Amino acid sequence: MTPAVPAKGKSILMRIAELRAWVFLFFLIVFFEVWSRIAYDVTFAFNTYNMKAIAVAATAPLVLALGQTFVIISAGIDLSLGFVMGFASVVAAHMANYAAQQLGLPPFPAMLFGISCGVGMSLIPGYVNGWLIAHLKVPPFIGTLGMYGIARGSAYLFAGGMTIAISNPWYSSIGNDRVLGVPVLVILAVICCIVLHYLLSQTRFGQHTYAMGASQAAASRAGINIKRLTIKIYILSSVMAGIAGVLYTGRFSAGAPQAGEPLLLLSIAAVVIGGASLFGGSGTIWGTVAGALVIAVIDYGLVFVDVEPFWQFIAVGTVIIISVLVDQAQRRFSGGRQGE
Amino acid sequence: MNDRTPILAVKNVSKHFGGVQALNNVSFDVFPGEVLALAGDNGAGKSTIIKAISGVFHYEIGDILLDGKRIAFSTPQEARDNGIETIYQDLALADNLSIGANIFLGREPMKKLFGLLPAIDRQKMADVARETMKRLDFHVERLDAPVAAFSGGQRQAVAIGRAMYWNARLVIMDEPTAALGVPEQRKVIALIQSLKAEGKGIIFISHNLRDIFEVADRIVVFRRGENAGERLPKDTSGDEIVRLMVGQ
Repeated sequence: MTPAVPAKGKSILMRIAELRAWVFLFFLIVFFEVWSRIAYDVTFAFNTYNMKAIAVAATAPLVLALGQTFVIISAGIDLSLGFVMGFASVVAAHMANYAAQQLGLPPFPAMLFGISCGVGMSLIPGYVNGWLIAHLKVPPFIGTLGMYGIARGSAYLFAGGMTIAISNPWYSSIGNDRVLGVPVLVILAVICCIVLHYLLSQTRFGQHTYAMGASQAAASRAGINIKRLTIKIYILSSVMAGIAGVLYTGRFSAGAPQAGEPLLLLSIAAVVIGGASLFGGSGTIWGTVAGALVIAVIDYGLVFVDVEPFWQFIAVGTVIIISVLVDQAQRRFSGGRQGE
Repeated sequence: MNDRTPILAVKNVSKHFGGVQALNNVSFDVFPGEVLALAGDNGAGKSTIIKAISGVFHYEIGDILLDGKRIAFSTPQEARDNGIETIYQDLALADNLSIGANIFLGREPMKKLFGLLPAIDRQKMADVARETMKRLDFHVERLDAPVAAFSGGQRQAVAIGRAMYWNARLVIMDEPTAALGVPEQRKVIALIQSLKAEGKGIIFISHNLRDIFEVADRIVVFRRGENAGERLPKDTSGDEIVRLMVGQ
């Protein structure tokens, strides 16, 4: 008895589908290149200034989206990220100032102190999110929505309703300097991508995140501690928001409670455009990177070809819907199951 | 029929949830290379005793002996570490992962990346998946395919393969054929025969009397949390088993 297993595995079509965000990114760049050549007789893509601007614009939503990728693969969602980022941003700014002015530290250690405090504080909302979801069975949407409000209020209270300016040359240079022509922000974002790609694709933590997203019951019966895993995932996502927040403070030389306000939906959009399913169980870091770049290219490209900026929202929204439709069609096509 | 020592001996186990007596003084043995079928209506206590054995529930009254030693596992993981694997009709596999990843789920083999970073050894998982599926007479071309791409019977084979690879002594199968078409049910029955040939003890729970008669060496019938009888398939009939189940 030798039953033929009809599993062709990943066919060529499926592999292309996995790369679809990169393919889409390529055609998007070609589209803007053609448009700007025809309309203004200038190049869009072969201009390092444009590429750097796009890369820098992509960093903040990308860093948020990296953590969100883990959460979405685990079949959850983290709505608190935007204001956790704002909270970390104002904490880092305030503590860097405090270290320099009250403790008399030189700028470099003062910056490190501020950054550590900002990122360190972001552990708290992550832990609370994970604990609510894992132990009290609060749905992720509700638990993190509550944390969205709490982080938002805390950030504004902490900053006294204002932005907190910093005067720390080291800290500002992180947000604005270049190394060998590459912006420091972009280098830091690339490091984040590599580390999180390693975590997701090479470690048990990543493997168990995929398993949990496909079936919590299966993961739990295989002996995976779902509660501990859930807390770890939400802490990771919150810490990435903390990193995005402290980088924001460097880039704008100020901490702002509303730093991440417009970025939360972009982070979810980047993950979805990158090929993850909101039902959990699928997604990759490289997909999310492409998703974040797609959004940044649309935003920058539309400004570059002089379209009214409000079209950005419509364009990004349309791309999100199309991504989900493509994802569903692909699942039906490849016979995979969905939403179990 | 079997005078060897049992792999598993359940002796006078009782369990109640609040005022409900789920198990009352239940006893049975499972011997190596034997398929013991547990029959009973819904609520007869089949699932409860399985969960007590596999560490899902705690039991206090009575004894469960594995190789002569009393066991009372507090987690399913502990039961697995001691050679008791449970195979469910569904919910046991992560559909988005490969066969190898499912066999190793929760116990992934690790290697060092660049001699430094710990990383999951996917090559080893794929090799084990190929060997294990070969032992079960399944030939899989693409080992990186997610198990969602397989049919129900093939997915059941992956779960059985997992039990085999981890050298389970006792395999508990809770309705392994319930969600399958008839040809697939045949295949699972054949897989059970191969587990038996490897000398494992098997507890087989099913509503399907035809499957029970085909695969079981002994049938233990439960009714309302109590032993209602024990029969050899050659000495009984479907009618008698049903009568024992419903108590008429």
